[in-house]
Amino acid sequence: MHSNLDTPCHPGSLLSVQHLTVSEVGDILAATARMDAMPQDELARVLRGRTIALLFYESSTRTRTSFELAAKGLGATTTLVSDKSSSIEKGESLKDTGLTLRALGAEAIVLRHNLSGAPELLARMTGLPVLNAGDGMHEHPSQALLDLRTILLRLGRDATAAHERSLEGVTVVITGDIRHSRVARSNAMLLPRLGARVILCGPEELLPVEALGLGVGLGVGVEIERDFDRALAQADVAMMLRIQKERLAGLSLDLAEYIAGYQLSSERLAAHAPKALVMHPGPMIRGLEIAGEVADGPQSAIEEQVRHGLSIRRALLVRALGAAA
Amino acid sequence: MSELLIRNARLLDPAAGLDQPGDLLVRDGRIAAMEAPGGFAGLEVQDTMDAAGMVLAPGLIDIHVHLREPGQTWKETIATGTRAAAAGGFTTVVAMPNTVPVNDSVESLEWMLAPERGAKVHLLAMPAATLGSMGETLSDYEALARAGAVGFTDDGKPVLEDHVMRAALVAAARVGLPMSQHAEDTRLTGGCSMNAGVVAFRLGLRGMTVEAESKIVERDIQLLRDIEASEHLRPHLHVQHVSTAKALAAIREARRQGLHVTCEAAPHHFTLTEAAVAGYNTNAKMNPPLRAEQDRVAVVEALIDGTVDCIATDHAPHAAHEKEVEFERAPNGITGLETALGLALRVLHREHGLPLTRVLALMSAQPAAILQLKDRGRLATGSYADFVLFDPDAEWSFAAAKSVSKSKNTPFDQAPMLGRIHATISEGRIVYRS
Repeated sequence: MHSNLDTPCHPGSLLSVQHLTVSEVGDILAATARMDAMPQDELARVLRGRTIALLFYESSTRTRTSFELAAKGLGATTTLVSDKSSSIEKGESLKDTGLTLRALGAEAIVLRHNLSGAPELLARMTGLPVLNAGDGMHEHPSQALLDLRTILLRLGRDATAAHERSLEGVTVVITGDIRHSRVARSNAMLLPRLGARVILCGPEELLPVEALGLGVGLGVGVEIERDFDRALAQADVAMMLRIQKERLAGLSLDLAEYIAGYQLSSERLAAHAPKALVMHPGPMIRGLEIAGEVADGPQSAIEEQVRHGLSIRRALLVRALGAAA
Repeated sequence: MSELLIRNARLLDPAAGLDQPGDLLVRDGRIAAMEAPGGFAGLEVQDTMDAAGMVLAPGLIDIHVHLREPGQTWKETIATGTRAAAAGGFTTVVAMPNTVPVNDSVESLEWMLAPERGAKVHLLAMPAATLGSMGETLSDYEALARAGAVGFTDDGKPVLEDHVMRAALVAAARVGLPMSQHAEDTRLTGGCSMNAGVVAFRLGLRGMTVEAESKIVERDIQLLRDIEASEHLRPHLHVQHVSTAKALAAIREARRQGLHVTCEAAPHHFTLTEAAVAGYNTNAKMNPPLRAEQDRVAVVEALIDGTVDCIATDHAPHAAHEKEVEFERAPNGITGLETALGLALRVLHREHGLPLTRVLALMSAQPAAILQLKDRGRLATGSYADFVLFDPDAEWSFAAAKSVSKSKNTPFDQAPMLGRIHATISEGRIVYRS
């Protein structure tokens, strides 16, 4: 009934984890594992001759590089357009930018945007498969999938399939700036569907009670625990988030107080969660939400997350273009 | 001398408590006489119209529309907007002042109301409460009132400062007109694009709280109380597009205390909830935003219990390219003139059992009372021949593409409607015919 929503999104799109069934999540994990085992020359034939545009309205290191390397490793041609140094600076709309990329032969667009919902708009306007590489405070679905793969592998579970009990008995504590975090939203809306218990932790300013709505109707759902030590004591996975200063918009936050209450320090980790897996989607601010030695310590899976990012994004690109791998 | 005889209609006039079959004779733009069916038999009349099976009611009155002229004529003009009004059964509309430039002077008001603009129905205007709608210096209420203003408002923006709002209420009271407020504490809504709550959180959008609306309503009511106590004036506060249970509770209480507060509700606020924003539908973005279900229900209840005085569309046309953007960048507002009656009849009459005559009162007699219109909004001999003629039982679907507004930004494309308009008559002229 909404005229501007009439055009269906291309089925190869990934705009939100909510659009994935559990079995599709399993397919993505299986394809990821399959391609990880492939020799490089074979990989380089998978998307040979295909064209992928990377459209970035916001800075990025990990996501951009991993999508780009993933595409190139599969043999695709890529082109990078960023809001600076393009006609976006001259006021070209997202719709027209997308139509231009399509006219130039792009068969899929990877979009990072500072505004929530931009990938939905681009997918509707172009009809192309669009991969959401992070939109505003909304979602970062490829991050949630790479986090899922990291957790499954580190906990010794099957990382080539997914079902409602893949993460049964696993408690994931996500701590920090939940309000502004697309990573928190995607994880909190994905992991419970695979059986995980998700605890969100942070002060009221960064974690409003509305966040409980993320878990409505999903498995064991989502809980809030304001006390970090109590949350940590239950954690199999401790996922830390950066304070997003660029999105704070009028909120005042006492950083010293925040560090005292919510920094993952080695003392805290040793006292409450000596066996938990430590994760961070990056970029991290050492000494703020996480102590440097914890990030570099044996419990940390931060670099593995980055590596799995490359693998997961390969699978998402292949899925987007409907290629066989 | 022009004459029009409408025969066999169901004459329905909420102002007079009239609901009976009859014939109505129009002469020179006014109602000349009403008779039982066949009562004018033998009379030689220029034009006749057979209205069997139709309701003939006073033309609808919308006290809140944006016609975008001057300055934004790619969205709408006075001619196209009033054509959409006619198609929706409206015979009087009140243009808001947020044009470019802002309508804050006698000169701009007269320009807007001039016959050259080509309004198809009776056009009225509420000029800006403050110069440039900047919320600082009052416009010249006395001069504007003499030039035909029917109230004052900075619609789209609130009059935020206490002393400015107080002065506006006093100045409006002195000229006997309502001060109409867009109730939003913009200090609480920076960067917000929808209603606050679970839906906004899931979508990653900043949300406007219900308090951002209710706090301004409560503040304005307190100002009314202070003014009544100290100035021996009785100011009239009109609250625009009320969307929350909390603001409605404050209005209900103020009226119980005898203060002169009126308010309007928009069809989208009694029909839709924030759920319509799903998929980042920019055609479900307006201000105040679509709210949670309990607030929608509260608006319906307030329409039924009489707390809400009238239905107003807040018709706010925008071009397609302006809405085909990222949700937070999209302008606020939806078109509403052509869907108001169909939604009011479907939701309020059919779904909630509000009698037809009450629905029509909310769209004719009651807004006429707020505007102090003596000879419109009723079927009385001597009144203007402003009518809507419609089949109250016809079900149909609205097609945005067929809208006669210049813009098609509506969340009601393909939505079911009740009550099909067959003709709209403004001062005796047929301005719309299906």
